[in-house]
Amino acid sequence: MKETIAAISTALGTGAISIVRLSGKEAIAIANQIFHGCDLTKVDSHTIHYGYIKEKEEIIDEVLVSVMKSPKTFTTEDVVEINCHGGIMSTNKVLEVLLNHGARLAEAGEFTKRAFLNGRIDLTQAEAVMDLIESKSDIARKQALGQLTGKISNSIHEFREKIKDLLASIEVNIDYPEYYDIEIMTLEKIKKSTEELEEELEILLQNAKNGEIVKEGIKTIIIGRPNVGKSSILNHLLGKEKAIVTDIEGTTRDIVEGSLQFEGIHLNMIDTAGIRETEDTIEKIGVEKSLSLIEEANLILLVLNSGENMTKEDQKLLEKVNPKKTIIILNKNDLDQKIKKEDFKNYNVVSTNTKDMTGTDELKDKIKELFQLEKIENNDATYLSNARQISLINQAKKALQSVLKGIEEELPMDFLAIDLKQALDLLGEVIGEEYSDEILDHLFSNFCVGK
Amino acid sequence: MKYEIIVVGGGHAGCEAALASARLNHQTLLITGNIKNIADMPCNPSIGGPAKGIVVREIDALGGEMGRNADKGALQVKMLNTKKGPAVQALRAQEDKIIYPQEMLKTLNNQSNLEIKESLVEDLIVEKNKIKGIILEDGTKISSKCVILTTGTYLKSNILIGDKKKLEGPHGEKSSKFLSNKLKDLGFKILRLKTGTPPRIVKDSIDFTKTSLETGDEKIHTFSFDHIAYYQPEEQEPCHLIYTNDKTHQIIKENLDKSSMYGGYVEGIGPRYCPSIEDKVVRFSSKERHQLFLEPESRYYDDIYIQGFSSSMPEDVQEQMVHSLSGLEHAIIKKYAYAIEYDAIDSRQLKQSLETKIVENLFTAGQINGTSGYEEAAGQGLIAGINASLKLEGKSPLILKRNESYIGVLIDDLVTKGVKDPYRLLTSRAEYRLLLRHDNADLRLRKYGYQVGLIDEKKYEQLKQKEKEMKELFQLLKENKITPTKQTNEYLKSKNSAELKDGIRLYDLLKRPEITMEDIQHFISVPYSEEVCYQVEINIRYEGYIKKAMKEAEKMLSLENKKIPEDIDYETIPNLASEARQKLIEIHPTSLGQASRISGVNPADISILMVYLRKREYNE
Repeated sequence: MKETIAAISTALGTGAISIVRLSGKEAIAIANQIFHGCDLTKVDSHTIHYGYIKEKEEIIDEVLVSVMKSPKTFTTEDVVEINCHGGIMSTNKVLEVLLNHGARLAEAGEFTKRAFLNGRIDLTQAEAVMDLIESKSDIARKQALGQLTGKISNSIHEFREKIKDLLASIEVNIDYPEYYDIEIMTLEKIKKSTEELEEELEILLQNAKNGEIVKEGIKTIIIGRPNVGKSSILNHLLGKEKAIVTDIEGTTRDIVEGSLQFEGIHLNMIDTAGIRETEDTIEKIGVEKSLSLIEEANLILLVLNSGENMTKEDQKLLEKVNPKKTIIILNKNDLDQKIKKEDFKNYNVVSTNTKDMTGTDELKDKIKELFQLEKIENNDATYLSNARQISLINQAKKALQSVLKGIEEELPMDFLAIDLKQALDLLGEVIGEEYSDEILDHLFSNFCVGK
Repeated sequence: MKYEIIVVGGGHAGCEAALASARLNHQTLLITGNIKNIADMPCNPSIGGPAKGIVVREIDALGGEMGRNADKGALQVKMLNTKKGPAVQALRAQEDKIIYPQEMLKTLNNQSNLEIKESLVEDLIVEKNKIKGIILEDGTKISSKCVILTTGTYLKSNILIGDKKKLEGPHGEKSSKFLSNKLKDLGFKILRLKTGTPPRIVKDSIDFTKTSLETGDEKIHTFSFDHIAYYQPEEQEPCHLIYTNDKTHQIIKENLDKSSMYGGYVEGIGPRYCPSIEDKVVRFSSKERHQLFLEPESRYYDDIYIQGFSSSMPEDVQEQMVHSLSGLEHAIIKKYAYAIEYDAIDSRQLKQSLETKIVENLFTAGQINGTSGYEEAAGQGLIAGINASLKLEGKSPLILKRNESYIGVLIDDLVTKGVKDPYRLLTSRAEYRLLLRHDNADLRLRKYGYQVGLIDEKKYEQLKQKEKEMKELFQLLKENKITPTKQTNEYLKSKNSAELKDGIRLYDLLKRPEITMEDIQHFISVPYSEEVCYQVEINIRYEGYIKKAMKEAEKMLSLENKKIPEDIDYETIPNLASEARQKLIEIHPTSLGQASRISGVNPADISILMVYLRKREYNE
């Protein structure tokens, strides 16, 4: 039984395209779970397919996927290569999603090793393969160390200590059942600590996201019907006349980009052509592009003219956006209010007037709140940055959730210990700590047992 | 040559080793310092407990003797950890220290192909790194093809009480002065280990009204899968619980430097899991009291063992300590507590088969390998006996894997990691403990017992029948559905179980935590034994976790199955990290799996080894 492995197989630089490679029995099935374009399990070998990598409806990247079936592949196993276009972050994200769907991160030189073991590489090349594994593992080690800040590895150390404490107190109750004086490990105690730990991992993951934001900025898109004031808001935020602002519908035809420093974070603003039924070919292209940008954005500012009733077009836009990522701006609040804040229950709403620029501070506050920007420590790289770490933390979090579920289902202690141990191992992998007799050491130093 | 296999030492390891080899039709000689001490229990009067109780069942499943013998000597029996999960449940029996050895001696005496001799072994006959026999203290040479050393604590043992040190083994027996020197000369690394035992008290001198009662289970249990019980539940001997107090701690603190341990008289390293009362008071000074169990040693004499009170204080201090305990104010000490130090070998110099790497056909088992505990010793003794026999027959050894037995975990830990302090099995040492349950020891191991020849046809057929019935019951539960009738829902409601809306397979119904096999029997007749029902119930109820553990185990096995040839030369593999190379040379693992468990050997080193081995195969 060989596991399916995955890794980014191109140098992680600024290159336009990077390739995520999968190899193993489940390679095609795993890729197919996250690929939207065609059914990869049904395509011919050695073919290329266009589509999107999606996770939970979120588009991660637009990709080309090559499917190569065993045995005529580099490793002689089924191989899938995903050509990503979206830069380091989205490539990492694609890898992370693959790892979440059952692939294992390849060890240093593992593709080559498999190619060799499967007879794909001339056996006389063994020395070269061994050299490669040695040098790659060296690089990987250095990279892994470099990517973790002291702060992160310290907090992971701390989490592991907490888990070890929990485990030691479960184990001591199991291995020394009749030591009545040992605090009976109550489920409440396990529950409380596990909940706390899970929360802390969630914060770590949240910070990982924030880390992305720090690096890449917040991709912000302003949408709305023509002439509702999008460009004015944008210009106001950017502080310069970037978009052409007129009263004639459809003046903004190009997608205008600008970047502003906002609480230390780049807010990458994208203005769109308005979205409306149009015969104008150039504008039509603009409209389509706007729609696809909606899916990719981190933040959507949907501008409505509050002086008019909602139009079909407004309604359509509202349906297209994800409420969690959206702030609705009710512009022109100087006019008679036909649309009210209360009309949008699950959305963030602010009310502005682009003539005298009231309400823009409220908008800024909302953005801060939405991205928890106050939690991001500026220029301090306290975030997990690589797909492997994020995936491991994610799995550890899942293991802790399984502990909590077990408690709810009143499973015996031993089963809780299994999930806790898994969480401990996964966190250990993040910081490259090996399991040894840690739990036993804890047990004997914390509890007084013996004949 | 009269003997094929000589077993040196008649403790728990020696008895199993000798019985296994004799039962496998090899002429066997068991040499012991004193026949009266065969299968002696010099320390606690109990067998089993977490992990250890499972080992006893494994021994029984493989065709060893400890399970049956412990059933014969049981004074009080308890299933521990019943609420903590099926995998960690374990049987523990208080044993009669007269009956247990007596019954074992009977079995040994009745065993064909087995002779017992009373003497001390002081030397080994080794020619060209191969064992040829042993030399007794009087110079008599006895030759054999294999030798199994199960010398327990008798290698250069010192008994320590306070500042007194006597060169002797437990019970004042003579200890072997020269054997460990001989082993050292042969190239074995010698460790000095230490353990200890608490005082024994005259039963009638204890005021039991000041103690609390600890009784056995009402339900009858046996270690052996033969299921023959020799006791009546209502006739079990009780234990009693007491606690140390301020006064006890005060006496200990005041006299600390008089103890052998703290006075600096001990060289050996004591077990972490089994500290003396002095250690407990020093290391856990914030604890106000420590729990002690008063345990009967036998029905035939009236000594009471104070579990939790092992000490190396001088006699007069022990008197004060004992008399400070509630209920023991006027207690008479029958035998003082003592510490004992002894020589052991570095277990990393052993193969997985328990044959030494240095001397061919020489096997070791038990405390000489750095373990502690009757059960750990017996498990190793059995494996050494089996593997010495298989070696003589030119067959490959029986090596139990980590995912199939605690004995496998124990031996793999010994030969891969070695020990620093006396090694005790704990459930947390087994990474697949969910698979290593006491209830399925027969399903895991009986087949091996049968293959080597220790389990007869009849018992093996019983196992096959059990497996067949389990399959049938699975099928039955999968194929039968119940429908949401009023009656059904009323019954479920009475069990606090959700009412049905659609039909449900009994199999799925059993997955509900509140539903047991008994409830299933309310809906369908289940004509199977309690044992079969229990197996099926566990496997269904915890299916998710069990499958996960099996998957993990499979991953491990894929590396385990990649064997490393014995003549591998790690010096010629340039890419290995230097720490890894050094450890690999030292331990010489037999598989990539074992190599991966050596600390300091990283995944990259395993990859490099894998590539190297493939190339080697190709060149051959």
